[in-house]
Amino acid sequence: MIKFQNISKSYGHSIVLDDISFEIKQGEFVVLIGPSGCGKTTTLKTINRLIEPNKGKIFINGKDITKVNPVELRRTIGYVIQQIGLFPNMTVEQNIAVVPKLLKYPKPKWQEIVHNLLELVDMPYEEFAHKYPSELSGGQQQRIGVLRALAASPPIVLMDEPFGALDPITRDSLQEEVKHLQKKLKKTIVFVTHDMEEALRMADTIVFMNRGKIIQMASPEELLQNPADPIIKSFMGRHMENENNAPKLLAEDFMRTKVLKVPKTSHTLECIELMSRRDVNSLIVLNDDDTYAGTVTIEAIKAHGKAGREISELLSEDAVTIHRKEDARQAFDKLLASSSNYVIVLNDNRTVAGLITRTSMAKALGEALWGEMKS
Amino acid sequence: MNFLDFIAGNYIDIQLSLLRHIELVGISVLIGMMIAIPVGIFLSRHKRMSGPVLAVAGTIQTIPGLVMLGFALILFGIGRLPALVVLSLYAILPILHNTFTGITQVDQSYIEAGRGIGMTSRQILYKVELPLAMSSIISGIRISTVYIVSWSTLAGLIGAGGLGDLIWTGLSSYNSNYILAGAVPSAILAFAFSGLIGLLQRMLMPRGLRGVRV
Repeated sequence: MIKFQNISKSYGHSIVLDDISFEIKQGEFVVLIGPSGCGKTTTLKTINRLIEPNKGKIFINGKDITKVNPVELRRTIGYVIQQIGLFPNMTVEQNIAVVPKLLKYPKPKWQEIVHNLLELVDMPYEEFAHKYPSELSGGQQQRIGVLRALAASPPIVLMDEPFGALDPITRDSLQEEVKHLQKKLKKTIVFVTHDMEEALRMADTIVFMNRGKIIQMASPEELLQNPADPIIKSFMGRHMENENNAPKLLAEDFMRTKVLKVPKTSHTLECIELMSRRDVNSLIVLNDDDTYAGTVTIEAIKAHGKAGREISELLSEDAVTIHRKEDARQAFDKLLASSSNYVIVLNDNRTVAGLITRTSMAKALGEALWGEMKS
Repeated sequence: MNFLDFIAGNYIDIQLSLLRHIELVGISVLIGMMIAIPVGIFLSRHKRMSGPVLAVAGTIQTIPGLVMLGFALILFGIGRLPALVVLSLYAILPILHNTFTGITQVDQSYIEAGRGIGMTSRQILYKVELPLAMSSIISGIRISTVYIVSWSTLAGLIGAGGLGDLIWTGLSSYNSNYILAGAVPSAILAFAFSGLIGLLQRMLMPRGLRGVRV
């Protein structure tokens, strides 16, 4: 749909875009990302001819865009900028209707568009249409900014760090809304960001740029798994780390090894004493050869235990066990499916290796995502 | 003869002078606007020329009014024409300056948004820049008007009429009633114009801009 052919752009001696060629398919959500000064915004702005390249051609649906009047071209391409840029002298309705009016749509038609679009983002017409941008929150303003870009139903929408100035919560919900709108309205979106998380979340295809060149163009998954260049790795930071170090997470990566184990021959009283001292409500019971025998719970002892008896009588074998080399995912599935709070991890010889609890799972997930956690 | 009696006695003369004065102010400010606003818009498109042009306009402003009137007298003779030429020249600078800065100070993001969604430069000017600069332009007009009200009194010297006539008559005949009859209405006139234009400014300011910096 959009085809870049050997695009170069320089200002004086500094080269901003260095012979860039790539293609964006219809309905694709493409995110341009890279360190500042990498040329991502310049690339975006060449599409609606806000910036004219020195060399190369850009085709939209096979048509060389330099053959189209830039003003006409821009009216068929939505444009959203970071500073939002809603006209402060116009109401919400007037702002959304700007492009339809430029295109001389009759009044009933653009009014209908405004109604429909506001509905799409859950901002009732009666409440918002006649407000001015200064009367809206930042998030609401950018929603209107997005609607303004969509008003003349352009097949392509360009977004230049549209959520960069918003707080994280508003950004999250807007990301979701835009992704949703894109799918629903089947738009081709070219989106510039420097936030890798945003890119991974929104993109069908990520174009990673550095120093005016495309380093890699790939799906988010592909980019995470096979980054083409160290700079991509460093840019992805925490998103990369765990993918590299532990391509496959095992049950043993998530277990805690300090667990309370008692021999089958222990007596009920000492078990109760141990449980109350360590503040737990069940113990792992071992056979004489240290292999796993089962568990004993405080409830079982209270209900059936008699003082001085061996706990072997109260043994339960209901607890879920898993081999330490099994996929962590299976351990999680089992843990989540079972009613108990833990899964017991066994070694090859059926001795107890450790325990995965909901807490240790959450902690391990946290570490995988955000690196080493305190405490 | 006290002042009030004097006014009652010369009521028709004073009224005529006042109307003449308003006419002088109105016409010269209007001419000033017709020159200054287009030039200000032009300069905002060609910023490189703004320095020299604003400097020339500023220099005109520093030439004493009497000297200017003298020149105008030599060039155009006696009457309203030389007065209007001089007063219009004086009216230009504040309006020009405010038009230029009003437009150039419009936040670039609005202009980029306008360009990006497919407005022509003319549409950006009329739909974005001028509305956002309106407040600044009107306050330029306000400043010009107040200046011109007071400078118009000089025009009496070269036979253009207006409240200046009364003041000069008073000065040359040591008659303080004449002086006051010219000075008081012209002071009131300045206040009235200023208040009126201020009101206009507030009325023309879109609701969305009140309390917002642009």
